[in-house]
Amino acid sequence: MATSDTIVEHQKEQSASDWSGGRPAFRTSYGKLMMWYFLLSDAFTFAGFLIAYGALRFSSPTWPVPDFVFSTAPFGVHHAPLIFVTIMSFLLIASSVTMVRAVQEGHLENKNGVVFWMLLTILGGAGFLSCQAWEWTNLIGTEHMSVTTNPFGTHTEGGVYLTADGKESEETFKAGESFLIHKAHEGHGGEEHGDGEHAEQDFSQGDHPGYLVDERGFVHRKFKITEGPNAGMVKTEEFGPKAFGALFFFITGFHGFHVFSGVIFLLIIMLNAGSGLYMKRQNGHEMVEKIGLYWHFVDLVWVFVFLVFYLL
Amino acid sequence: MSDLTYDEARKVVYRGLVLLAVVTLIEVFFSLLGKGHVISAFKGITWLHYTIGLLLISLSFYKAYFIIYEFMHMRYEVKGLAMSVLLPTVLLIWAIIAFFQEGNSWKSRREQIKEKNTEEVGQEPIQQESMLLKDTYILKLEDII
Repeated sequence: MATSDTIVEHQKEQSASDWSGGRPAFRTSYGKLMMWYFLLSDAFTFAGFLIAYGALRFSSPTWPVPDFVFSTAPFGVHHAPLIFVTIMSFLLIASSVTMVRAVQEGHLENKNGVVFWMLLTILGGAGFLSCQAWEWTNLIGTEHMSVTTNPFGTHTEGGVYLTADGKESEETFKAGESFLIHKAHEGHGGEEHGDGEHAEQDFSQGDHPGYLVDERGFVHRKFKITEGPNAGMVKTEEFGPKAFGALFFFITGFHGFHVFSGVIFLLIIMLNAGSGLYMKRQNGHEMVEKIGLYWHFVDLVWVFVFLVFYLL
Repeated sequence: MSDLTYDEARKVVYRGLVLLAVVTLIEVFFSLLGKGHVISAFKGITWLHYTIGLLLISLSFYKAYFIIYEFMHMRYEVKGLAMSVLLPTVLLIWAIIAFFQEGNSWKSRREQIKEKNTEEVGQEPIQQESMLLKDTYILKLEDII
């Protein structure tokens, strides 16, 4: 009993003296404290975006399945759900680890160590950005997703696709399965169905027996429903919820912008560290520590972007 | 700063690398398992989907905790600093509940919203029974004159 009382009293004394002047608040430097509060406010911005994603996803009757949307990787890899984004996540985690090492070397006032580990961090960040650039290029250029168009749709009823001349094909699907609406006369990002026969088909705009070509050249395939109350009806593939494209590009874009500005600041601070500026300050390379906080935050945000966009 | 020696601190960092990588791999595995990529019979089982969702969310929060407390050195800061940064995020719990509820109710009223959007000024308002309470009586012009 007596010991715990003394501890409480000791703490009280300490916290009173913390605010009695002559000492930085929370026993940390002003710069680091303000970096923490900046990150807090940034966390609210990201949380706002991600919660908006959640609300819009809840409000839509269907939503594109992420492991169908994100199943391509460079060098012609297809049907590899989430593999490419997992690699991107590893890049960010690894660059976070090298950043911790840079901060540790900074505490030891080891200039060369700081520059070496920061360089690795920058490479990790640049690698992540390149991967994201490829992912966006693939989504925009090959799969024609945009802020207002989402060609990734979801079947709500089971059925069978029609062939080009309007007869039932062998290709069946169940409710909840996803599809991608392609453009006529273009590469399909490796989707295998129908590539061979497309050459002889008529893809002029309008209604065809087996599909409908809209004014932008998207080929909406027709299918016959075989399950549920609408069985026997012929329907046409429809675009998925518009909000998906807008949310994806805005949120991953905003995160990518954070990574990009992080890389720029890392570069500047690495050059300063290399020039010996922070050695002169003799404060354990505090600037490296501050940019380190920012860089870990970017990794932290990716944990949640990864969760809501790719995993759930 | 931390009370760890240089070698100890270095070990913590590399253990963190392995830990985060392994947790990420587990997350991806379970995500694919829940969507029926690993065992195709698991496709479309709702309760499994939600259980795995909860698991993924908890694993992500564990990763976030690890990054903040180890990599960002929150463990070694004064308690007041940690609380002043972490406690405000509790407000987000309210935001999540409120906005998800809003999204859900939007989904169930989609048809009604569509109809309401087609209304024009000066037109007879579209009367929808579902919108009104049972004992509601709409006053018409004839009732007054």
